Amino acid sequence: MKFGMMKTHRRNQLLLIVVLIVGAGATLALVMQALTENINLFYSPAQVVAGEAPTSQRIRAGGMVVVGSIQRAADSLQVSFLVGDLQSAQFPVLYDGILPDLFREGQGVIAGGSLDESGVLIADEILAKHDENYMPPEVAQIMASQQEKTPP
Amino acid sequence: MIIELGHFALILALAMSCCLAVLPGFGVYLGRPALMRTGGSLAAGMFVFTLVSFVCLAQGFIGDDFSVAYVARNSNSALPVYYKISAVWGAHEGSFLLWCLVMSSWTLAVAMFSQQLTDDMRARVLTVLGSVSIGFYLFLIFTSNPFDRTLPFFPSEGADLNPLLQDFGLIVHPPLLYIGYVGLSVPFAFAIASLSSGQLDAAWARWSRPWTNVAWAFLTLGITLGSWWAYYELGWGGWWFWDAVENASFMPWLIATALVHSLAATEKRGVFRSWTVLLAIFAFSFSLLGAFLVRSGVLTSVHAFAVDPERGVFILWYLIIVIGGSLLLYGIRAGQMSVNVGFGWLSRESFILANNLILTVSAITVLLGTIYPLIYEWFSSGQKISVGPPYFNMVFVPLMLPLIALMALSSFSRWRRTATEVLFGKQPIRLLISGLVCLIFCLLTSTWNLWFQVVSLISIWLIVNLLADARYRQGGRGFAGFLKQTPSYYGMWLGHIGIAVSALGIVTTVVMSEELDLLMSPGDKTQIAGYDLRFEGVERVNGPNYSADRGIIAVSRQGRLIEMLYPEKRLYSASQSVMTEADISVSFWRDVYVALGEPIGNQAWSVRVHVKPLVRWIWLGGILIAIGGFTTILDKRYRRLKMARQLQSRAETSVQASLA
Repeated sequence: MKFGMMKTHRRNQLLLIVVLIVGAGATLALVMQALTENINLFYSPAQVVAGEAPTSQRIRAGGMVVVGSIQRAADSLQVSFLVGDLQSAQFPVLYDGILPDLFREGQGVIAGGSLDESGVLIADEILAKHDENYMPPEVAQIMASQQEKTPP
Repeated sequence: MIIELGHFALILALAMSCCLAVLPGFGVYLGRPALMRTGGSLAAGMFVFTLVSFVCLAQGFIGDDFSVAYVARNSNSALPVYYKISAVWGAHEGSFLLWCLVMSSWTLAVAMFSQQLTDDMRARVLTVLGSVSIGFYLFLIFTSNPFDRTLPFFPSEGADLNPLLQDFGLIVHPPLLYIGYVGLSVPFAFAIASLSSGQLDAAWARWSRPWTNVAWAFLTLGITLGSWWAYYELGWGGWWFWDAVENASFMPWLIATALVHSLAATEKRGVFRSWTVLLAIFAFSFSLLGAFLVRSGVLTSVHAFAVDPERGVFILWYLIIVIGGSLLLYGIRAGQMSVNVGFGWLSRESFILANNLILTVSAITVLLGTIYPLIYEWFSSGQKISVGPPYFNMVFVPLMLPLIALMALSSFSRWRRTATEVLFGKQPIRLLISGLVCLIFCLLTSTWNLWFQVVSLISIWLIVNLLADARYRQGGRGFAGFLKQTPSYYGMWLGHIGIAVSALGIVTTVVMSEELDLLMSPGDKTQIAGYDLRFEGVERVNGPNYSADRGIIAVSRQGRLIEMLYPEKRLYSASQSVMTEADISVSFWRDVYVALGEPIGNQAWSVRVHVKPLVRWIWLGGILIAIGGFTTILDKRYRRLKMARQLQSRAETSVQASLA
């Protein structure tokens, strides 16, 4: 009797372990699948200009809003501007919507969206810094690496 | 002078925390009760000195002492006085001082309200809390000192508090959140104390439960308020962004939720002991990890503290020492905790196990998504990525649905084993009722979205089950049994109702919201979700430290005026920064949300309009959950325990006295 109970106990334990392993495996597979589908690679202006960024998938690209490049449509919310680095690489961004408060010429910005055939980033999200002392780390790194290269 | 006093008090608080980490523990080692009992006064000293330090910094803000670098960066003489006070925790240094103040308050509270513990156990708990505090004070004093002066050349005017933070939300959100975050150190301390003493009975679960529930309720409130604040203040109408910093608060919440449940099982039935200890360690570790993610600047986030790599390195080492040390201790002692308490498949224990499993997995998936950019960058030698909200929605929602369904079923579960009939007997009829309610809902709103149907069906089913449970409690009729339940039961009941309310709010808002970005000139009209909006134009107004363009928008429905909305675009004069201040027509059933974009020539403005049905329910649910958490500590059980302990110790002393 006691032995029989042990056996059911063991069988239940085994069943539980199998369920756990299958569940964990399924979850892990689902998670990895979701991760690989939903990452947005980040590109610098130089990389976008050099054609290193893919055109078919969603990316993020960032740099400084080029001074004097912001153009608005007269009758809609469409706005276009150039994003560049400290050197000469620049790419155009097209956005239809309301820009964040801290979006300004000459300030750091990250645009999320996809590149079209002509190299224009059709953005569905624009991130500007939320604080005067803060720059997106990605953009800060581009600027810092270029400042090292250019002799003062 | 006052500033130096504050700095000095902070150093004294550090000294107190060092004593607290050493003396009571040393007393335990030597077996000297007098030394063990020093904990109480040391905790009081630590609290008083931290409070003095905090008040001094606040005085620096109120008195516009711009020779203090932190004050100069985050305040301005034109700032209203209530924002001057809340600006104390408006940026990194001051908010960490608040963190330390909260930590010392919790420590003092433990010292004051732990008479039911033995001297030995109390000394151990306070030793752990003291040791944890040392790290916080060192961090504050050496890497983030808010009392640094910029003498002799200091600015005559401050740079002003970030406009986003000049709001009621900042006054209440960080303190509540920190009370929750830091409060998780208490169950952690109890767990470590029990591990170190080898007293691994279920008693520690009984001690930690009220503390854990309170910390968890505060964390819930903090997160809820944060979501509400982001909604109205960021001007985007979003209430959750899966931002790194939001996740940093959400992960400890998920683990703490698991802990709250697992502690119940450990206290009542003695099961899952070692697992519960592990959860207590992880809950606190996750809140430290959150602090690391927020304050080190390793991740891109909307919550941008000024970044300093030195701080990140400090917290990382602290994290490694605390987590590594406690896991090492756990590894050594956990083996002694194995107990043989059986339970059936359909028992409350099983439901709690499933709850813990799902919540832990959810926390891990959120963690993975949050730190994946770091992992990816590491392995791809520098390629930067971000993980979008779709990942979190895709992974998180499928995990939450079974969780809510299990919650619905578990209403009728009993400890040890539940008869199949009790659990499933009436489920078909309850499912049918829920389905009908859901169908009526769909018909009324003519929404035929699958997500909406599934989530609202499960949530309504949960509510139906909870109501049915209330109705038939103890075989009583007409809710008579319900009125005789313990606060623990009411807390559980309210918390679960809160989950259903939140879930209904979330799915309705996500599925049925309508949003419009458009260009409006004075006199323009637009229609959205049955509401008519008329843009009357923009006027100039002046606030204490800003000037603003204020839009005037009339919201009406079927020709009847509902409300005039006045969204603002503010220009803060000191920092020259622009900020959107949305205006919202609030009601129980829907929000009409209007924000101004930018002026686009000829008096025309870009305007963002949202209509968000049931969006209030999201936060209402959060508040219900928190109230549930607070309710549980009213349980007489914990007080009875204290009385019993007092009687016992009195008896012991009298025995000792008579022996002597």
